[in-house]
Amino acid sequence: MKKDEVPQDDGSLSKSNLKELIYATDEGGRYTTTLSSGWEPKSIALSQSLDAINERVADALAKVKGGEASVLYYLMELHRMDVPVLAGYAGTWQWRVKRHFKPEVFEKLDDRTIKKYADAFGMSPDALRHFKPE
Amino acid sequence: MMQTDFKHRQSAHCENGVIANLLTDKGMAVSEPMMFGIGSGLFFVYLPFLKVNYAPAFSYRPMPGLIFRRAAKRLGLTVKRQKFSSPAAAAAALDDNLRNNIPTGLQVGVYNLTYFPDEYRFHFNAHNLVVYGKTDTGYLISDPVMETVTTLTFQELERVRFAKGPFAPKGHMYYPTKWPEHPDLKGAILKGIKNTCRDMLAPLPLIGVRGMRKVADAITKWPTKLGVKTANHYLAQLVRMQEEIGTGGGGFRFIYAAFLQEAADVLGNDRLLELSGEMTAIGDLWRQFALEASRVCKNRSTQPDAYNSLAIRLQNLADLEEAFFKKLRSAIK
Repeated sequence: MKKDEVPQDDGSLSKSNLKELIYATDEGGRYTTTLSSGWEPKSIALSQSLDAINERVADALAKVKGGEASVLYYLMELHRMDVPVLAGYAGTWQWRVKRHFKPEVFEKLDDRTIKKYADAFGMSPDALRHFKPE
Repeated sequence: MMQTDFKHRQSAHCENGVIANLLTDKGMAVSEPMMFGIGSGLFFVYLPFLKVNYAPAFSYRPMPGLIFRRAAKRLGLTVKRQKFSSPAAAAAALDDNLRNNIPTGLQVGVYNLTYFPDEYRFHFNAHNLVVYGKTDTGYLISDPVMETVTTLTFQELERVRFAKGPFAPKGHMYYPTKWPEHPDLKGAILKGIKNTCRDMLAPLPLIGVRGMRKVADAITKWPTKLGVKTANHYLAQLVRMQEEIGTGGGGFRFIYAAFLQEAADVLGNDRLLELSGEMTAIGDLWRQFALEASRVCKNRSTQPDAYNSLAIRLQNLADLEEAFFKKLRSAIK
């Protein structure tokens, strides 16, 4: 890639005024570095991934409202986590996390377990227990 | 307030950037491409059974930390590494270092890095940055992918050092303690190149050029087997791994071409200069591939032909790289 061909598209980085470093060749074919504000194919790929996440969040919300899943499931998706990551943050086993996705099991969780999940999401235990997703 | 006299320098990739900056701080001026090449950073692996973000894992680089470990070994550096079970002990060890004027590399999780744009906050736990000082309110941070230095509060740094999930950093910190005055740069470069040729030409089905061919085959099957939506989600993941921040574009191919140029100068080997030019051309073709793949994602094209033509492009890249690494292998014999 030649230095003057490094794309300067509006990307997700340019919104926050960030530019990334790219290696490109100068007129004499020597490598040098330059900054790029973004490249459209990258933005497309990134927004595709974000759309997929948003769909999962919306789906989780519907399940919580339909009484099929606990708010734990929705908050996991909202924080872009999956079961292994959430289990890691809560310091528990994956099968237990999955069990806690059942609304009737989640209702009965003790304070210690609730606190672990609340810490994972950076909220207070009380806020988690009474969390009502919008 | 404590502050080490560390110079921030932006890099394309965090791991190489941190190493290059820490060594430059010690008076061993090395560039990011040089560390990338010596540490054999160029790679390809396809792990269809390991799902990341609900898509198969593709990687254009080796396991996190491996580039640094190899580069350190090949250059004869001694690196001190520590992990912690308690955040308090982790903070105390870091503060000790800063008091002794030692800028320190840290492995962190990306999700809670507050200075990153929201779009980039995924649960990826193998990001690297340097802490070079401490104030009353927090730490002074040199994140190599950022243009300038930044800060994190005590609490924020603790959270990213103790991020959880795959590759959990566990407070991992590292810094060079001994470095040779005259490292064997030539020997290190040759080892790095040989290792990369071996990786890329590995006789294993999912690694190097064979891994690329496997992905190419899979791409032709995704739309019929999994539906267009999932196929496009997988393609987006492939493009992101190739082009996302940290790769320097073209799945690290341009950084590698820059390394070959530097290596040609160090070794006095003009053949490497020619091969650098070839690698640049291959990098451009990877960019073409990303461009086409993103078009397929966007148009949600339903013709099976679009996927086939992408697969042909990838097969072609695998052929070119197979020939390339064979030439590279013989160029340093």
